[in-house]
Amino acid sequence: MNKINSEDQLIQIVPFKIYSQNNNVELMKKSGLAVTGIGFLFLLISLTGISSSQPIMFFFLSFGLIAAGSIFYFIMLTKEAPAGIKNNRIFFEAFTSRKTAAWLLGIILTGFYVVLYWYPELMQNWINLVNPLSYWLRGKAADHWFLYGSFYTTAVVVMAIRMIVKYRHNRYQIVRSISVSIFQLGFSFIIPGILVRLNKPEFYFNYFWPLKFQYLFPGEIRYLTSNGEALGYFMVFWGIAMFVIATPILTYFFGKRWYCSWVCGCGGLAETAGDPFRQNSDKSLKAWKLERWLIHSVLIFVVVTTGLLWINSATGGKALGTVSQAFAEWYGFLIGALFSGIIGVGFYPIFGSRVWCRFGCPMAATLGMFQKYFSRFRITTNGGQCISCGNCSTYCEMGIDVKWYAQRGQNIIRSSCVGCGICSAVCPRGVLKLENLPMAGRYNKVD
Amino acid sequence: MHLVIIGNGITGVTAARYVRKHSEMQVTIISSESKYFFSRTALMYVYMGHMKWENIKPYEDWFWEKNKIELMFANVTSIDTDSKSIRIDDNSTVKYDKLVIATGSQTNKFGWRGQDLKGVQGLYSKQDLEMLEENTRHIHAAVIVGGGLIGIELGEMLHSRGIHVTFLVREKLYWNSILPDQEAAMVSRHIIEYNMNLILGVELKEILPDEKGRVRAVKTSKGEEIKCQFVGLTPGVHPNIDLVKNTKIETVRGVLVNEYLETNIPDVYSAGDCAEIISTEGSKNKPALSTDKSAGKVEQLWYTGKMQGEILARNILGEKIKYSRGIWYNSAKFLDIEYQTYGFVANSPRDREESFYWEHTSGKICLRLVYSSSDRAILGVNVFGMRLRHRLFESWIKEKRTVEYVLENLHMANFDPEFYKKYEHEILEKYNKENPGRNLILRKKNLIGIF
Repeated sequence: MNKINSEDQLIQIVPFKIYSQNNNVELMKKSGLAVTGIGFLFLLISLTGISSSQPIMFFFLSFGLIAAGSIFYFIMLTKEAPAGIKNNRIFFEAFTSRKTAAWLLGIILTGFYVVLYWYPELMQNWINLVNPLSYWLRGKAADHWFLYGSFYTTAVVVMAIRMIVKYRHNRYQIVRSISVSIFQLGFSFIIPGILVRLNKPEFYFNYFWPLKFQYLFPGEIRYLTSNGEALGYFMVFWGIAMFVIATPILTYFFGKRWYCSWVCGCGGLAETAGDPFRQNSDKSLKAWKLERWLIHSVLIFVVVTTGLLWINSATGGKALGTVSQAFAEWYGFLIGALFSGIIGVGFYPIFGSRVWCRFGCPMAATLGMFQKYFSRFRITTNGGQCISCGNCSTYCEMGIDVKWYAQRGQNIIRSSCVGCGICSAVCPRGVLKLENLPMAGRYNKVD
Repeated sequence: MHLVIIGNGITGVTAARYVRKHSEMQVTIISSESKYFFSRTALMYVYMGHMKWENIKPYEDWFWEKNKIELMFANVTSIDTDSKSIRIDDNSTVKYDKLVIATGSQTNKFGWRGQDLKGVQGLYSKQDLEMLEENTRHIHAAVIVGGGLIGIELGEMLHSRGIHVTFLVREKLYWNSILPDQEAAMVSRHIIEYNMNLILGVELKEILPDEKGRVRAVKTSKGEEIKCQFVGLTPGVHPNIDLVKNTKIETVRGVLVNEYLETNIPDVYSAGDCAEIISTEGSKNKPALSTDKSAGKVEQLWYTGKMQGEILARNILGEKIKYSRGIWYNSAKFLDIEYQTYGFVANSPRDREESFYWEHTSGKICLRLVYSSSDRAILGVNVFGMRLRHRLFESWIKEKRTVEYVLENLHMANFDPEFYKKYEHEILEKYNKENPGRNLILRKKNLIGIF
């Protein structure tokens, strides 16, 4: 094509590949989407019970086609343009810019949670769909929580592939997406399933108190130790050790990201299925104020609940009677169901993907305190290179106004930062870097 | 004391914020472009749908009132330095005690036939962006004239809307007036990779209209006619000084200022893109500015605008401090390839300069170190597709570290995200091969300090 003859050398400017408008790619993309759509159609008609005689076939026609179609679609995206940040049209597309379609999706997701929590019998035909999988993995029939786990894990793994494709030039994002998939699939789906098969307590090794608040409730500990024998004792020990020992140490070395954007299942969903909505988080100062009030209130709530339960348990139920149990039930309803599920995930398309993690999660609150006061983690800024463009703030799922710091050349140390690394990825001037460095000089106040 | 700043770009706003932080002076910023400060460099992202208008405002709207900086969304029509007042478009006047002219730039237009047709425009202001939205609706082919930083951004913008882009570039490679051949070739290749049409070594002859007065094609200096429905003019910018031309404030290319950013009129200052800075080396007091009109320098970068804004504010507050931009730096992004430069790298080695160049086999990552032939002191670096620490490189340049020192410590300057592939070994290997007798090895990182 073009050859340039400079004084002493021939410089060739023919690229390895030219990404032209390619009808084949368009067609492939569309067929991927069509297959996904057919999968959803099968999922929908399965609700009628038509699938009950052929659950395995319908499982593959729904779950299988949705996964296969979307993965095919994501892979086709690599043929469209070179690797790089491609956030084109995000604020034009209805789904990602809070237009009607986003609201509709929000209502559907919210409705799904309402049915899941209070009317699971309406989903019996879907539960039947995953029944064979449940027998195969756990040796017993599926319930609505197993169905939820199947949906959840599929969403994380499929959308992690989307992340890997989208950020294929960015190794941090690739490694992180693989990590959240493994923790979701292994620690939150397969291992609990195997435990059930072995007649052991269903235990999630990647969740700890205070996020999984029950794990330090006296009733749960009694249950684990009496039903799980040695393994049960290990589970109790694991839960306590992860909270008391691992949490501060790992957070000291790596920041809260070791958990929130690498291990946690809630974070895992947010980082994968929630990624298309990350830009919808509220960046205002008001939202930050609300965040600090809410998240610490929830932390106090869970500490008080746990404390009450233990006082009650120690006094053999004499001290508080049924009050502490009622308290725990209210916590489970308000925080566990309403906040983390319905608002947290249901409103992804409206408030962004980290509403629960930012405003509600007591684990995030604890990790955040360590991160702020006792951690080597910070996001550093590269000299005077910031152009205040706002990409970092826009794509921060936690609603941190990253550029506020970057344009002043100040390190970003915020208790809410989950270290997803997207600010650094979208920065067009290479200004931001997630770093673990000695604590001295971490707060480089400027002005 | 009333400080009036004309222009709410990065220079004016930086000055206003600095003054506010350090004094109780009344501060007013006037702009006819937008009420609130926005990041000019981010306009492209609004067009591409990466961000909304609100996202490119560096401060929330309440910020200005809280910090007692008054914003006026108005057009200044004239300046009267005798009565120390300015007139705005509703015919009211505003009195000032100190005045700052920070009116920025305008797109260059070189008198081409057809340059004012419908569908022909530059890209600089918010209004340009709005016009672009209009001009590019339902079109499928565009020509961009000028191979620079705004050009590549405009190309990326149009490409994101599915518009086929053709670049007309005067140099033999993209941005070759600034970049050495290899880097310019890398950028050129990347443009072609995106299936954009890159026509090198040509100039625009004229822009041809259709019967409705809209652009239908361009004619190049080689006589070729290229059909298009839009022409983007991006052959650089020049100071926007129309407002100042009929006043007593002296101008040549820009508003003339000394290194204290003072104009020839007391209490009137200028900085940023619109200012032309004259060296006052050797003279103690305010010089007669018009003595040397050829030596002025105009700097049109976000970074220099920011630095000048701060120096300007300090002078207004009575500090008497000279502007010196320090060690040069700049950065940009060519489609997917990031670019940073520290120190000075000319497009071909100057006298008593040598350069070392490494390029990755992907053809998308490269590093160039320019150093002095005599003492091998590092003078500048160009880096593409890799991130380097600004402050560290700046200190190496200041301390005149040798190219060998820089190479052996290059990994210390790496600013890429975690888990990224490291290229330092490969780079050193190439250097060692090209310089027989040298056997550079990476200096180990100091392991103390992990805790």
